[in-house]
Order: sequence, then structure tokens, then C-alpha cells
Amino acid sequence: MTEYVLRFMVGGVVVSAFAMLGDMLRPKSFAGLFGAAPSVALATLGIAVHRYGADYAAQQTWAMTAGAIALAVYGFVVCQLLIRTRLRAAAATFLSLAVWLVVAFGLLILAGGQT
Amino acid sequence: MSPIGFSCSSLKEGRWYEYLIRFALGGAATVFTGFVSSRCGASIGGLFLALPAIFCASATLIEKHEIRRKREAGLDGRRRGEEAAALDAAGAALGALGMLTFAIVFSLVVERNIPGAFIGASLAWLVASVTAWCVRRKMRWVRRKQSAGKISGPADSRGR
Repeated sequence: MTEYVLRFMVGGVVVSAFAMLGDMLRPKSFAGLFGAAPSVALATLGIAVHRYGADYAAQQTWAMTAGAIALAVYGFVVCQLLIRTRLRAAAATFLSLAVWLVVAFGLLILAGGQT
Repeated sequence: MSPIGFSCSSLKEGRWYEYLIRFALGGAATVFTGFVSSRCGASIGGLFLALPAIFCASATLIEKHEIRRKREAGLDGRRRGEEAAALDAAGAALGALGMLTFAIVFSLVVERNIPGAFIGASLAWLVASVTAWCVRRKMRWVRRKQSAGKISGPADSRGR
């Protein structure tokens, strides 16, 4: 339980810091880089290294490469949906999560990862 | 080309509950990743390190702020809000290349040097993201200049 409370606090602080930095930057497309900052990864990997060791964290980041490629596809799809359709940001970002899931798990299976 | 700028005043546009939502989402995403890792293993948990959960909240807030700003000026602002969120999404797609670099560098270095993995991967993320953004901006600028040249070309020849 203590580990989850720690995860919540560390994750909240790191994500908020990156998000506030993104808010302060201009132009918008440059600020968007901070929307894809590895904030959750930094918080999670710090705890993973401390509790389970470097080997476990290396395995996690290897799988993270599939998630990152899926994130690039996700960002492209959200951008196209917002420009070409009349969808609002909340709907476009939420619906595109399905694309992220399919691409991320597809790549992991292709790479022969554990599913 | 608009230069890269830094303005603290944009923080005043946010409401306290919006920051609270981001904090809660960030915390929840980190807890969720830990939970998935413990139940399904490091590989599946690792995928969720790149989950765009925070991006959903950020893009929605950017759209809301843009609409609010335009409404205060007496305009609808809905389309402008969608465009601002789309630009943020384009930036996130480029930032994902940085995240990919982060993951590769971290996985290669962590077993040899833990602090070096955190510092090296974070620097790799920053360099890769900013480089990708600069390259894309330069390409757009060149393309725009070329199309402007095509438009002004016949007009110039008419003038001669």
C-alpha cells in the first residue's frame, strides 16, 4: 500500500512539473513536446530500479519502445482527427487511445514480447 | 517563424482544479503502470510507461483555454481551440520520437550505471525531441517558401 501511495505522489509531482513547463512554452507545437515527456516513466523507473533492480527496469524500458512508437502514431491520429473532423479534443484524444493500444500491443507481439 | 518563448503568465490562465486533475492523473497513471507491471510482468507494464493518459488532459485544457480566451474577445473560439489542441498533438507525435530515444538509451545503460541511465536518457529525450521539432519546422518553412514562390512567380512575370 505504501508503495502505491509513493507512486501516486511521485507520479503526480513529476507529471505536474512537466505539464507546467509545457504550459509556459511557446509556440504550441513546441510545448506539445512536453506532452510526450517521459514523466510517468521517470517516476516509475526510479521506483522500479530501487525495488526490483536494474534488470527489471531495463526490461520495462525495452517494452516502452513499442509504447513510444504507438504514441507517435497516436499523436498523428489525434492531430488529423482534430483538423479534418469536428471532434472536440476530449473525444479525439479518448477515441485514439484504441489506436495506441492496438499499435503498442501489436508491436510487442511482433517483437516476441511476453503478453 | 515564431521564436521559442517562455511566459509564466500562461500559468495564471489555469484554474486550481485543473492542476489538481493533472496531479491526480499523473499519480493514477504511475499507480496503474505499477499495478499492471506487478500483475502482468515488466514487459506489459513497460508498454504503459508511454501511455498518453496525461496528454488527453493536457490537450483538453489547451482547447478550453483557447476557447475561453476567444470568448472573452467576443468570438466563438471553438475551431481555434481544436486547432490549438491539434498543434499540441503534432508536438506530442514528435516528442514520442524523443521518448523512443529515452527508452533505448535507458535500457542500454541502466545495467551498467543507474544515475548515468537517468541523466543520459533524459538528455537523449530532450535532444531528440527538440531536433525533431526544429527539422519539422525548417521543412514546413521551406515548403511554405516554395509554394509562395510558385504563387508569386506568374504575377512577377506579368509585371515584367
